[in-house]
Amino acid sequence: MIEFFQSPVTQTVLSALNQGFIVTLELFFITLIGAIPLGLVIAFGSMNRWAPLARPVRWFLHRRQREPGRFSRWLIALRPVSLITRLLVWIVRGTPLILQIIAIYYVPGLVMDGGTPWPRGEAGRMTAVCVAFIINYAFYFSEIYRGGIQGVPSGQQEAGLVLGMTKRQIFFKVTLLQMVKRIVPPMSNEIITLVKDTSLARAIALQEVIWAAESFMKGNQGISGIWWPLMFTAVYYLAFSAIVTMLLGRLEKRLDYFQV
Amino acid sequence: MPILEVHNIEKHFGKTRVLEDISFSLEQGQALAIIGSSGSGKTTLLRCLNFLERPDVGTISVNGDVIFDASDPSTQKEAEVRRKRLHFGLVFQSFNLFPQYTALRNVTLAKELLAQEQPDFKSRKKEILDQIEKEGQQLLEKMGLADRAGHYPSQLSGGQQQRVAIARALALHPDILCFDEPTSALDPELTGEVLRVIKGLAENHTTMVIVTHEMAFARDVADHVIFMDGGVIVEQGPPSQVIENPQEERTRHFLERYSNG
Repeated sequence: MIEFFQSPVTQTVLSALNQGFIVTLELFFITLIGAIPLGLVIAFGSMNRWAPLARPVRWFLHRRQREPGRFSRWLIALRPVSLITRLLVWIVRGTPLILQIIAIYYVPGLVMDGGTPWPRGEAGRMTAVCVAFIINYAFYFSEIYRGGIQGVPSGQQEAGLVLGMTKRQIFFKVTLLQMVKRIVPPMSNEIITLVKDTSLARAIALQEVIWAAESFMKGNQGISGIWWPLMFTAVYYLAFSAIVTMLLGRLEKRLDYFQV
Repeated sequence: MPILEVHNIEKHFGKTRVLEDISFSLEQGQALAIIGSSGSGKTTLLRCLNFLERPDVGTISVNGDVIFDASDPSTQKEAEVRRKRLHFGLVFQSFNLFPQYTALRNVTLAKELLAQEQPDFKSRKKEILDQIEKEGQQLLEKMGLADRAGHYPSQLSGGQQQRVAIARALALHPDILCFDEPTSALDPELTGEVLRVIKGLAENHTTMVIVTHEMAFARDVADHVIFMDGGVIVEQGPPSQVIENPQEERTRHFLERYSNG
């Protein structure tokens, strides 16, 4: 066993896998840092109640002294921000992430005159993958946030209002923590999925841990035909998801002091 | 001059008229009980007073100032509505305490946030916050909850939670304290402690509007009773008239049904 770990081949493999795993970790953390706040913006977008046509249509009907028909009721209820956001949610959640990665990396170069907007080489692949992951995960998170915000009973908001709080104060002082408590379990699921989803970056040859392991099968690191490094990547994923699970479990426990 | 004057309030939800021509007034230090069956518009009326619903027609005046006029949009600006709400306190049927805060913090939170708007808050921060906390403790003591200040709502019984909610509403010193069926969500053995607290407030001449199903309580505590049915005030007057000797058929019918369980 010790001999196995001391052999030059194992040393080379482990060092390559470590390097690949650093890329995996970078992708994981950049995605979280981008998607967690962006998801909140998207959640507010899908809950946006702006109905620009409600007033003019009502005014028009009032002037003509007409009862609203089916079409005018539809116009009154039309909320463009919410509608567009929900359409995007449907598209992003309804198509595979691997397709989104490929589309974001290749399509701009194919349709834009000046060629691809991404930097050359590994940096370009990393940037494109990060963009794809942040968008994809932000839309998933947004639906979890929406459920969390809408799950807080309306009585909480009303209690804040009658106590003279502003909407901002109600969100930050009353709703937010209750929402966080509600969303920690579903967010934990998504974050653990993200640990493994990072491997999809392999689709555009980002040099993450799976890519690094595969290279020992194909031979582009001077060694070819060995398959155990690919299996060994499971150890990295398992160890990392164990740490993530533990940290999220701790957060859940820290919020145990109150019940919603 | 009455402390509260409600004139000609009307409210629709879509095509359904839930309040029609509601007018009444209330003197400082008096308790008004609103009774009536479910769906009669009692809660909606209370919500209108607290600006949780906007009446379609009518005016609401406090201390002679018109604070809401359905025909005058300048009385309905959001920033002003926030200030005007502070004339009223509201105790909800389902308490609506903030679960993440202790009983004491539930009582002090809103006052702290309001205090932050004072120009001298930064220079006197510690002094102001200490004062708010002290007042919060005193209010909880008054509610018989001095030893529960550090408890979270989930650690309190329904009756205790409702008493915290009353303390929370009192902390902002509202002119008029409103109760929306304060004992309806409680087990029967817990209603007594809440009713005793409200009775105590009435004895101290706190101006109150109480929507309630507890007839005996309304009779004992209220100076004035309104009976509502189908969104209108059917009968109003002192409890000796409305509850004990109702003039209207509908009131009699309601009270009979009530006493028959």
